Amino acid sequence: MPHPPRILMCPPDYYGIQYEINPWMSRRRPSDPESAARQWQALRGLIEGAGAAVACLDPVPGLPDMVFTANAAMIFSDQAILSRFRHPQRQGEEPHFQRWLSENGFQVERLAEDLFFEGAGDALFCGDTLFAGYRIRSDARAYEAVGDLLACRVIPLELVQKHFYHLDTCFCPLEPGRAIYYPPAFDHYGRHVLGELVPELIPVSDDEARHFACNAVVIGRTVVTNTGCPELHGKLRSLGFNPVETPLSEFLRAGGAAKCLTLRLDGEDAAAWKTSGMSPLPPGEG
Amino acid sequence: MENRVLQTSKDPAGHVEDVEIRGHIIESLILPKVLDCIVNNGGAFRIKQVAVGQAQKDPSYALIEVQARDQDTLDLILAQVADHGAVATKAQDCSLAAADIEGAFPEGFYSTTNQRTEVRLAGQWTPVADQEMDCGVRVEAGAARCVPMTDVRLGDAIVVGHTGVRVFPEERPRESQGFAFMESNVSTEKPKGVATREVARALLQNRAAGGKTLLVGGPAIVHTGSGQFVQQLIRRRYIDLLFAGNALATHDIEQALFGTSLGVYLEQGGLAETGHEHHLRAINRIRRAGGIRQAVDSGLLRSGIMFECVRQGVDFLLAGSIRDDGPLPEVVTDVLDAQRQMREKVRGVTFCLMIATTLHSVAVGNLLPAWVKVVCVDINPSTIIKLSDRGSFQTAGLVTDVEPFLRVLIEELTAMEGSGQWAVDSGQ
Repeated sequence: MPHPPRILMCPPDYYGIQYEINPWMSRRRPSDPESAARQWQALRGLIEGAGAAVACLDPVPGLPDMVFTANAAMIFSDQAILSRFRHPQRQGEEPHFQRWLSENGFQVERLAEDLFFEGAGDALFCGDTLFAGYRIRSDARAYEAVGDLLACRVIPLELVQKHFYHLDTCFCPLEPGRAIYYPPAFDHYGRHVLGELVPELIPVSDDEARHFACNAVVIGRTVVTNTGCPELHGKLRSLGFNPVETPLSEFLRAGGAAKCLTLRLDGEDAAAWKTSGMSPLPPGEG
Repeated sequence: MENRVLQTSKDPAGHVEDVEIRGHIIESLILPKVLDCIVNNGGAFRIKQVAVGQAQKDPSYALIEVQARDQDTLDLILAQVADHGAVATKAQDCSLAAADIEGAFPEGFYSTTNQRTEVRLAGQWTPVADQEMDCGVRVEAGAARCVPMTDVRLGDAIVVGHTGVRVFPEERPRESQGFAFMESNVSTEKPKGVATREVARALLQNRAAGGKTLLVGGPAIVHTGSGQFVQQLIRRRYIDLLFAGNALATHDIEQALFGTSLGVYLEQGGLAETGHEHHLRAINRIRRAGGIRQAVDSGLLRSGIMFECVRQGVDFLLAGSIRDDGPLPEVVTDVLDAQRQMREKVRGVTFCLMIATTLHSVAVGNLLPAWVKVVCVDINPSTIIKLSDRGSFQTAGLVTDVEPFLRVLIEELTAMEGSGQWAVDSGQ
C-alpha cells in the first residue's frame, strides 16, 4: 500500500527579514508576522488538502530562514544529504535539521566541510537524473560527492541570475520527462542540456518567474504556487494538472515561496527512483 | 581509459597549472564550458587525460593543463574554472633532504632529465636553472638548480622523490621542415643535400638571432682535410665556442706546422718522412711556447682551426683523455674539471653542431638541455644512435663523411648569404 506523501514544514514563528543574503531581501521591507503566519497556514492547508501529511519542525529563535525547509537536506529514499549553507546566517540551522532527520529515521550524510550544498533547494530529480544548481549557493564540486553517494547521474547547472539563486526558484520537475523552468536563469550550456535531457520543458514568463512560478509544490497532479501565475496555471491545466494558488508575498520578501517552505520527505513525484524501486547503492558498489 | 592530447595554441605559454574535474562533465557540458572559459579568458589548454564514464551513473574525469601568458591571467582562469568544479590538482611542495655527505645525493634523490623542469617551493612553481640530465636539484635561497653529484656539499637541500616536481616535455616539431625530415631513424640512405641546407639555414638563423653556436669536433675533421672549412666557419662568425680533445688541436697544429695530419701530407696525400713524429713534435713546440695562445702570439702558429679560434676570440675547451700524447698545455686533464668547465660554457648555447666525435658528442649531449637543437654529423651511425639512446633525443643525425658535408655546408652558406633566402621562414 503506497504511503501518503510526507512533507516537512517549519512554522514561521521566528521568521523575518533580519539579514540580506539574496537580492529579494531588504531589512527596509520587513515581513508582517501575522500575515506570514496566515499565508503559511493557508499553504499548509492546501498541501494537506492535496493529500500530503505535514510534519512540523520546531522553529528556533534567531534562525528566521528555518521556515524554508527545502534547504534542510536532499532526500534520497532513507538517505538525507544534509546542507552546508554558504552564508553563516543560515549555518546555525544545520544541527536542528540534522537532529530532526536523524530522529525521524533518516540516515544523515554530510559532505566535506569545504563544500557548500543547499539541499533540495538546489538538487532536484527529474526522472533518473539529479539536476543540480551551482555557483550562487551550492558548489559544483559538491555534486561530485553527491553523485558518488547516490550512484546516479548528476547534471550541474550554472545559475546566472542572482534573483534565481537556488535551482528551485527557476526549475520545477513535474514528473519524469516534464518540468517547468525559467530559461534566463540559465546560460546557453544549461538551457541546451535541459533541452536534451528533459523532453518537455514548460517555460515561464519573466513576470511569473518573479512571482516564483517555478517554486511550486507538486503533489501528484496538484501543483501549488504563489498567486500571480495565471499563464502557467493555464498551461498546467491543459496538461491535466490541478494548479492551485495561495498568496505567499510575505515569504517572497525573503526570496522564497511554496517549494522553499517544504521538504518532500518521501521523494518528489518526478523522481524516478521513487516509482521504479531504484534504491540507493551502498557506497563502494556504485 | 582514453588518453589524448589536444592543444588550442601552438604558442608556448609561460604559466601553467593542472586542474582536474570529475562528474557528469560531458552530458552537463561542464567540460566544454571549462575549456571555453579557459580560452575566453586568454588562456590555452591541453587535455592530459580523459576517462569517460561507461554507464549513465558513472562519472567522467578530465585532467587539464591550463596555460596562460602571465600569472594574473592564470589566476583569473583558475578562479573561474574552480567555480565550475575544476580544481588544481593536489599540488604539494617538493620534498627536500639535507645532503648527509659531500659529493653524493641523499638516497631517493630526484634524478633530472634534460627537459624543462619546475619544483614547487612554498606553493610556487619555480623553474629549475641549469637544466641538465642525470643531476639532482639543489634548492637554495628560494631558487632551484641542477647540480651534478660531485658538486654536492654537506647540508645542501636536495629534492627527493617526485612530489612537487613537474617536467615539460619539449614539443616535437610537427611541420614537415628540414629537421623534422632528419629526425626519423638514423639512416645512411637519406639525401644529404636537403639536410645540409637545413644545417646551413640553422647556422645562419642562429647567427642572425644572436644565438650561440657550439661546435664539438673530432680529429677526423683535420685528417679528412676539412680543417679549412671549419676555419671558414670560425672566420665567418658561425662558431662561438669549440669543444674538442687533444687530438683535434694536435693534428690541426701538426698541419699548420708540418703540412701533415698523422704524418700524411694533406695536399699530396703521401706519407712524410718520419711523419709519424710530426704530431709529437707539434705538441712539443706548443708546450715549449707555453701554450696555443702563446704560439699564436709569438707567430709560431699561423694557421689552422686553433689559430683561428685564438685570432677570432672564439672560446675553446680541450678535454683530455687517457691516451693523449703530450697533451697540449690547454688540455684539461681532470675530467671532472673539464666537465665543470663545459657545464659553465654551454650555458647560453642555442645550437650545437657535433662532427666526427663519439665521446665528446655524448659528453656534450649529456650537458645540454633538451631545447637546444643538436645536429650530429658522423660517418658512423652508432654515434648518433648513442646520443639519442642517452636521452639527447633532440639530435638530428646526418650519416656522412665529414669532408663532403663541410664542403657543401660552406657552399650552401655562401649561396644563402648571397641570396638572403635563409631569412625566409622554413615553415616553423
